[in-house]
Amino acid sequence: MALKKKDPAPAGNKKSFGAAFLHWLPFYLMGAPGLIYIFINNYMPLAGLQIAFKNFNFAKGMWKSPWIGFKNFEFLFKSKDAFVIIRNTLLYNIAWILIGMVIGVGAAILLNEITNAVAKKFYQTAILLPYLMSMVVIAYLVYAYLSPTSGLITKAIEGVTGNTVQFYQQPKFWPFILTFVHEWRGIGFGMILYLSSLLGIDPTFYEAASLDGATKWQQIRLITIPLLKPTILMLLILNLGQVFRSDFGLFYQVPMMQSPLFPVTQTIDTYVYRALMQLNNVGMSAAASFVQSVVGFIFIVTANKIVTKLDENSALF
Amino acid sequence: MKSKSQKRWQLAANVILMINSLLALLPFILLIIASFTDEKVAMTDGFSYFPRKFSTAAFGYIIQQWAMIGRAYMMTIVVTAIGTSLSVIFTAMLAYMLSQKKLPGRKIFNFYIVFTMLFNGGVVPTYVMYVKTFHLKNTIWGLIIPNLLLSGFMIMLVRNYFENSIPGELYEAARIDGADEFYNFFHIALPLSVPILATSGLMTGLSYWNDWTNGLYYLDAKGKQLYTIQNILNNINENIQFLASNATGGINIGDLPTTTVRMAIAFVGILPVLIIYPFFQKYFAKGLAMGAVKG
Repeated sequence: MALKKKDPAPAGNKKSFGAAFLHWLPFYLMGAPGLIYIFINNYMPLAGLQIAFKNFNFAKGMWKSPWIGFKNFEFLFKSKDAFVIIRNTLLYNIAWILIGMVIGVGAAILLNEITNAVAKKFYQTAILLPYLMSMVVIAYLVYAYLSPTSGLITKAIEGVTGNTVQFYQQPKFWPFILTFVHEWRGIGFGMILYLSSLLGIDPTFYEAASLDGATKWQQIRLITIPLLKPTILMLLILNLGQVFRSDFGLFYQVPMMQSPLFPVTQTIDTYVYRALMQLNNVGMSAAASFVQSVVGFIFIVTANKIVTKLDENSALF
Repeated sequence: MKSKSQKRWQLAANVILMINSLLALLPFILLIIASFTDEKVAMTDGFSYFPRKFSTAAFGYIIQQWAMIGRAYMMTIVVTAIGTSLSVIFTAMLAYMLSQKKLPGRKIFNFYIVFTMLFNGGVVPTYVMYVKTFHLKNTIWGLIIPNLLLSGFMIMLVRNYFENSIPGELYEAARIDGADEFYNFFHIALPLSVPILATSGLMTGLSYWNDWTNGLYYLDAKGKQLYTIQNILNNINENIQFLASNATGGINIGDLPTTTVRMAIAFVGILPVLIIYPFFQKYFAKGLAMGAVKG
């Protein structure tokens, strides 16, 4: 009974409002710093979405800058940039989601085969390492191979053919370089992701299968892959929800912002940065950023709706 | 009991993963060797795993310019320490509030946090607000506050941990003994959730250590003294003249071992992560796996 007395039971409304308030006050106080931070960092900027519809002037501030309707969007979509940045963002994302899935599942299955604990730990540690590095550092690593004056690969090609390949000037290489760097960095992450679902598979399935004489390949095809399917599908949909966002660091750092490469390296995120900070075209930047936020939101909510239908536990919200 | 085909599988898996591991490590090894390569050799032969001549000149330069690089190092440490501590404390307290099942307004607060994972104002409004309203440009808070401090996802993870892994009876018993909510939080909830808080701190710490985007937006030439190691690396990337124009003692760009120095600075920047990582590999992996299941 003593327990019951201490319980405020707000549902019963037996206690006065004042007593309930006093009971919950410490909790609200504890939550306050975090709630205030989120208000500042995530909610206050929403008011700034209007900048996309204004002729923004830094000195006047966003409230006093004049409205110009959809002019910023008109300029954006009349420029060649809009098509290029949306195409690049979507194509890289879709390609990488598929490639990443295959590599991630493959690496996880292989790692799961390793019985030697030391070897297993070494592989996992080594393969995950690139994922923990900042994109600036990764740009340096790429530069060590591709630099026109002292890159390892550049010099090797020079030694064989006598020609210096200007990697940072020729767009044709970059879809491959960016894909390679992205997968190289992400493979450990994908591996860990699928490994946790692999570990959940009942080992007796495999024992039974090998007693029946199933080869390893058959076991993977008929047991592992079907049981991984829900995870694969879920991650696929959730990733598709993000196709309107790109990895700013990768596209900004690794090609070193070389303008000849822009046709294949500019995405929505690098464009927003460049228009805002370098070209001083706040209007275009705000318009692109606005489109990204709104379309991205629709994609994520749709993806999540689909996930909820398939499996409620995997849903984001 | 191992069959022939099983052995063949083991061998194939080992070979492929070994190649993969080497592929992951080799660029870092090249970075380290490059920073110990003689500048002239690096210029004529290019970077190599087996340079004709080694040299520590690049590190000599770093020590000579320690006023700039050491300060940046300190900035990285200070920003990481402040950001991570604030983040873990705020996250734990907010998650503790949300973990109270009968809290009035719980649903609204949950939505308040989930919404941030779905929609955001984007770069431009955030930048304009922090610069115009909060005047964070060229202050240390410009490196700590924008974007990195709290993650809605991490808050939800910690909340789930509080809800599922700490039996409510512990709080009830303490309340009967006259403990208040702050006592419960600090003496029961926190000590019992060390694993999740450590993981959260590790991931947040890594993102502060690696961050260069806040510096890119919120520091300009006037805020140079606040550059972190990552900002210095980024600036060298944008402009190799940066090294010369910020060196003390009027160094001529021609005399600088620029090719190897940039590699040496990058090496110095990642050294702490390289040292810490093998020991905490398990926690990094766990943190990433948790963070990944949902978006």
